[in-house]
Amino acid sequence: MSTGAATAARPEGEPRHGLRIAVMWAVFTVIVTPLIIFVVGPHVPPFDRSVQSHDQHVVNVTLLTLTVPVVGVIWVYFGYSIVVFRQHGDAISDGPPQTGNSRIQILWLAITSVIVLGLAAYGTVGLFGGSHGAGGGQGPNPLAKPPNASQALQVQVIGQQWLWTFRYPSYGGVETTDLVIPVGRTIAFHVTSLDVDHSFWAYELGVKADAIPGADNVAYVQPLKTGSFQIRCAELCGLWHGHMNTNGRVVTQAGFATWIAATEKKYAGVTKYLPPYSKIYYPAPLRRAS
Amino acid sequence: MRGRALGVAGVSVVLVALVLLYLFDFLVVTPPALSAVVQNGTAHLTLQTVPSYGNPPDPDWVSYLGRDPEGQWKHTTIYKVPAHTLVTVTIYQFDTATGLRNPFLAQVRGTRGGVATLNGKAFSVLDPDDASHTFTVPDLGISVPLSGVADNAKNQCSVAPCPLSDAHTTITFSFVSPGPGTYRWQCFVPCAAGFIFGNGGPMQTIGWMDGEIEVA
Repeated sequence: MSTGAATAARPEGEPRHGLRIAVMWAVFTVIVTPLIIFVVGPHVPPFDRSVQSHDQHVVNVTLLTLTVPVVGVIWVYFGYSIVVFRQHGDAISDGPPQTGNSRIQILWLAITSVIVLGLAAYGTVGLFGGSHGAGGGQGPNPLAKPPNASQALQVQVIGQQWLWTFRYPSYGGVETTDLVIPVGRTIAFHVTSLDVDHSFWAYELGVKADAIPGADNVAYVQPLKTGSFQIRCAELCGLWHGHMNTNGRVVTQAGFATWIAATEKKYAGVTKYLPPYSKIYYPAPLRRAS
Repeated sequence: MRGRALGVAGVSVVLVALVLLYLFDFLVVTPPALSAVVQNGTAHLTLQTVPSYGNPPDPDWVSYLGRDPEGQWKHTTIYKVPAHTLVTVTIYQFDTATGLRNPFLAQVRGTRGGVATLNGKAFSVLDPDDASHTFTVPDLGISVPLSGVADNAKNQCSVAPCPLSDAHTTITFSFVSPGPGTYRWQCFVPCAAGFIFGNGGPMQTIGWMDGEIEVA
């Protein structure tokens, strides 16, 4: 194995560049890492309005923090090279050829493999353990269910050009344009569409699930705090896609009981015209739209 | 060789120019705004829905029209109303029923008293299969289903603007306008005949079955 310039004997008087870069990188990492965790971290979405969004927040902050030493190596080496290895004067000549360094190559492969495999393991544990599902749509039969999935409040999310409506099968199948859910209780969103593809995005709750006609896409969430949250469509779906947004509310258990009772009463007249609750609805009518 | 390259470049430039022109036309050109008629502190909007516009550029497209203060029907879906004012809307509906894709929209919502009138009779829910169109302003929570004329009705209208002597239903409702702003409205019946799922063409084009309420 050729050693090349990288392992060549250090000329007399030549500073220890590697050591310098390592020290600068260590200082950068020690200073910036706590800044990322304690200063930037609290502002990283999607915050902690639900168990799922809290877990996503932790993952995002963790990943951001892990990038600090990696970015530090690049920035420090880059900056050091610009300043120290800068060619002065008019002379332009190539440096000595470098033909490889097995020690550095193995180290590099080992470190990057550990980082990538470690992140894969971390992500897998986050997906199947912990909060289970992390608020993403998992199709009709989720592999990762929360422990209390069988007691979850079922809420159907129906997308259509260009409106979200919500059905509550446990309450007579009433449908409404308002999404109201009780705090602390696990919710099972059943997301579907009546026409084209949409994507249900309850931003602060950390839920995003595709709304696809003929598909029942299930996403679990357990809200931790009361308050309103934004609902958007995250799939380009036509003329008013940018306006396909509304606000949902997380309320107390008592507040939810009051609201759902009033909603059932308010929409009793039209509920009788609704089709029986179903996980999907085939787009109809097609009388003029065949 | 050089002439061929110039030819390819020229064709490319023309194609890009055509695409940009189309986008510019789509994004910038909007129908004219039509102001509501204000009388005694109440704004009146008079509209009609027609099964086919009957005129260029898309004679077979279903559409809304609005009546200006001079009584002329204008092909536009941009309507201006004053802020914090009672707005009374009258819609002459000349189309037959298609039926709602989502029956929930058969409910009258957001209007004064939670009702509308159909041929003078108040209603709060329409049979979803009888709906020909809706007038829905999602951001204001307003939605009114419009009953269609019978399929076998005589003297059905074929070219806009439709005269009141042709078969039609009359729907009225009122709402109080919010503060200044622009609020989109649309029809929720998949009424675009000939388009996949009935949601293309006029359902995706401002000036036909979509528009804006400009509150000033």
